[in-house]
Amino acid sequence: MTADDRFGCNRLATLPGPLRLDGGVLLSPVEIAYQTYGTLAADGGNAILVCHALTGDQHVASAHPRTGKPGWWTRLIGPGKPIDPARDFVICTNVIGSCMGSSGPASVNPATGRPWGMRFPVITIRDMVRAQAMLLDHLGVARLKAVVGGSMGGMQALSWAATFPDRVAAAVVIASTARHSAQNIAFHEVGRQAIMADPKWNGGDYYGGEPPAAGLAVARMAAHITYLSEAGLTEKFGRRLQAREAKSFGFDADFQVESYLRHQGLSFVDRFDANSYLYITRALDYFDLAEEHGGLLANAFRGGTTRFCLVSFDTDWLYPTLESRNIVQALNAAGAPVSFVELTSPYGHDAFLLDAPEMNRVVDGFLRGGR
Amino acid sequence: MSMLRPDLAVIADHVAPGSRVLDIGCGDGALMAALRDAHGCDARGLEIDPGNVAAAVARGLSVIQGDADVDLAGYPDQSFDYAILSQTLQTARAPDVVLDHLLRIGRRAFVSFPNFAQWRVRVSLLWGGRMPVTRQLPEQWYDTPNIHHVTIDDFRAFLRDRRITVEGAWFLSGDRQRSSAAANLLAQHAIFLLRR
Repeated sequence: MTADDRFGCNRLATLPGPLRLDGGVLLSPVEIAYQTYGTLAADGGNAILVCHALTGDQHVASAHPRTGKPGWWTRLIGPGKPIDPARDFVICTNVIGSCMGSSGPASVNPATGRPWGMRFPVITIRDMVRAQAMLLDHLGVARLKAVVGGSMGGMQALSWAATFPDRVAAAVVIASTARHSAQNIAFHEVGRQAIMADPKWNGGDYYGGEPPAAGLAVARMAAHITYLSEAGLTEKFGRRLQAREAKSFGFDADFQVESYLRHQGLSFVDRFDANSYLYITRALDYFDLAEEHGGLLANAFRGGTTRFCLVSFDTDWLYPTLESRNIVQALNAAGAPVSFVELTSPYGHDAFLLDAPEMNRVVDGFLRGGR
Repeated sequence: MSMLRPDLAVIADHVAPGSRVLDIGCGDGALMAALRDAHGCDARGLEIDPGNVAAAVARGLSVIQGDADVDLAGYPDQSFDYAILSQTLQTARAPDVVLDHLLRIGRRAFVSFPNFAQWRVRVSLLWGGRMPVTRQLPEQWYDTPNIHHVTIDDFRAFLRDRRITVEGAWFLSGDRQRSSAAANLLAQHAIFLLRR
């Protein structure tokens, strides 16, 4: 194959579109930042789309070009791993609405020549998926061997199977849900209000000036708690004090857990756009796959041939096992081939990104089972 | 197929090729794999132990982690040609409800169980005065998963009461099949093929 600049690291596709969004707006052009690893087989049968979570990016299996940090899912994707670029053609796109190169509130509105800000249209999980499908058309990938994702990535995998059943042979849905619960929405609303209460947010028009870092940091702190288990927090921090012998009788970060959360918040604002955080949390809150299919989740999967593999973690209280079970039950009702396992982990929702040999074993077996 | 447990081998031999099969309590998927590979079946499984589920999924099988006492309700009526319950009936909290689900989900059902009236079991209880610990029932009374011991005659009476049709029955001593004559006394395991 001759060098084809559609494939490789740090790619950006500017697709003419238009992309008709669930909200009714036509988005054009559609910019998608993405990575590919491995080589697309002549018959196109080895393509795997990996979908990232809320604040993730396309750098799934290679170092982030700016921070130098290793890819965020190298435990699952890489040489000798369940998804192996030596065998698979791996695609990971930055979702639209995000801020790592794909069209989002921080990108330039071609109509005005200025950043979209809050004039960017509200998007849904299905819009993200439709944008990915446009990219696959651009890459010449007709059908995916698998679509794989955790958390919001799992929602995209579900939405893929429901929206393009003929284009997905298998879907791996990890630590995810088919709809956002009231509690999920509530936590996100806290985060959004923290951003919008920051005077620097300025109705979303802060590009070129100072971003609403304080608000975004608080949003991240609140969300971060939901990614960890209570037992995990207790084990990691307990009530231990941060670099001091006694309580200060003040409002410094006396406790290690406070210091940790502040650090999580502050380091987050360096890499993420506050408006993108608003848009993507909105997309998550709007997600209700059953609602898109007449109120019955099984209808989302009827008539498809996609195989499904779901994994949940017993300490994940953000998207607890019950949510996966609801999906499994709907898939059973639709007669779809489905595997499901609840794995034990002390790490809560974050477990899917951490060392999870059982998860790798299950995903590996499932992907090989497709043959 | 020689690797299959004897009761599973009997079931595998009598499942129509190409059928849709739900294996409830499928363990590591040995029977499902045999049905898929040698009989061209579309096999699905339900298994309570996550390690077993992982092992079965690693074989490329579609297996759901779940509990027969809880999770059968979600399966649609008549969605499988066969529902299989091997060596699991006696561990269910409500075996009668599980059987109802089996015959609702599958057009036919295979049920296998250890026979609590086999003579070794009787001897142990009659002469030893102790709950039997035998090769087929290796656990002590306090750690056995078998909470509803049943005999072949109990099961036959149950089927009569519920007007469940028996399409086939096989009896095993060790890995040998034996006739139905005096099976309640002599057989270690029974396998029934049932339908409503």
